[in-house]
Amino acid sequence: MSTSVNADMETRLARATRLLATVTDPEIPVVSLDEMGIVRGVFEEADGGIRVVITPTYSGCPAMTQIEDDIRAVLQPLGQKITVETQLSPAWTTDWMTSTAKEKLRAYGIAPPSRVCGSAAAQPQVMQFIRDAAVVDAVDCPHCGSAQTVEASHFGSTPCKALYKCLSCQEPFDYFKPF
Amino acid sequence: MAAVDYWLHLADNALVLGQRNAEWCGHGPILEEDIAMTNNSLDLIGQARMLYQVAAARLGDGSTEDSLAYFRDPQAFKNLTLLELPHHGPLVGYAVDNRDYAVTIVRNFLYSALMALVWERLQASKDADMAAIAAKSLKETRYHLRHAHDWLIRFGDGTEVSAQRAQAALDYLLPFTQEFWSAAPYEQAAVDAGLAIDVRSLQAEWEQLVAHTLEVAKLQFSPRTGYQTQGKLGQHSEHLSYLLGEMQSLARAHPEGVW
Repeated sequence: MSTSVNADMETRLARATRLLATVTDPEIPVVSLDEMGIVRGVFEEADGGIRVVITPTYSGCPAMTQIEDDIRAVLQPLGQKITVETQLSPAWTTDWMTSTAKEKLRAYGIAPPSRVCGSAAAQPQVMQFIRDAAVVDAVDCPHCGSAQTVEASHFGSTPCKALYKCLSCQEPFDYFKPF
Repeated sequence: MAAVDYWLHLADNALVLGQRNAEWCGHGPILEEDIAMTNNSLDLIGQARMLYQVAAARLGDGSTEDSLAYFRDPQAFKNLTLLELPHHGPLVGYAVDNRDYAVTIVRNFLYSALMALVWERLQASKDADMAAIAAKSLKETRYHLRHAHDWLIRFGDGTEVSAQRAQAALDYLLPFTQEFWSAAPYEQAAVDAGLAIDVRSLQAEWEQLVAHTLEVAKLQFSPRTGYQTQGKLGQHSEHLSYLLGEMQSLARAHPEGVW
């Protein structure tokens, strides 16, 4: 989209979408909510209100309230009738993150998710999931690019990340878990 | 209100274990595990919130997720007894410095193995809200199961002390799993209504799942032994009151308080 959009010519919906694209993830300020796949839809209601549908990454994600507030704040120029609705189904997956988002994560120092292993689609049986637990994801270090990395902990600074360590450059880093 | 009781049963399970595991926050055996257990709690409390929100809406009596979590007394809670037990064996008392991480890991393993199967089936619930929450929770539960599975193998196939403690924790907690397989009246009603799945149909698969990990971990598995606890029916051990006392005190001291 051109940056020199004439606001008069733009529909309210298009304007809302453009404004929303500027809202970033509170935990990962380099990617937008849209690129993360958190925004599921933007609608203009019959009464002129704007309704934004979002989905949580993890069910206990403490950033959800902040995300709602950020969305309301950025859409304020469009009037008072802004509703933010949370939708659980279909459940969020890291597959919804755009390739741009994954590249931005890497540049920010977070290794992007490689493949979806927590999803029901990838492993239909719980037993299979457990058997495959020994197969650790191949994760490249976001700092030096080395493939010589090890998982230090399955859980990291936020629910969506694991803690890894690079054996080449010795730097620790976050890995965005496939989910 | 049988259907609402089933929602509360699932929500109470998640909340009570989430609160219990949160006791490790700032006290984990190593930093990585401190963070892991806090994340585990966050997921469980998130699941509890989603379930309480639906339960509150269905009750339609002014209940909210907060009133259900903070203003019900122990006998109203329908969680499995297994989940309210402290992080140590029966003879140690309530001393927090006697927490045993083997108990924590074994409990998380037994429970997440159950819930991985339950959520998997509940994705096909006739209730759209239940199916949505199940799909969301399944992913998280699989990570919890994987975490507990990995540690159980490390303990069981580790040093003499770690293997002994893991086995002791297992022998202590396994009898409490008998409660999984007795359907409470509200569970049966929820099954009949197409909301829930019959948990008894999962027993063989659960035993197979648990046996697989315990075999790799070189631990002895003796299922189907012991007694029948009745937390599901609101008959709890003394430990739940202490847990709720701590969890609910702030909300009860400042009933209308907001951040």
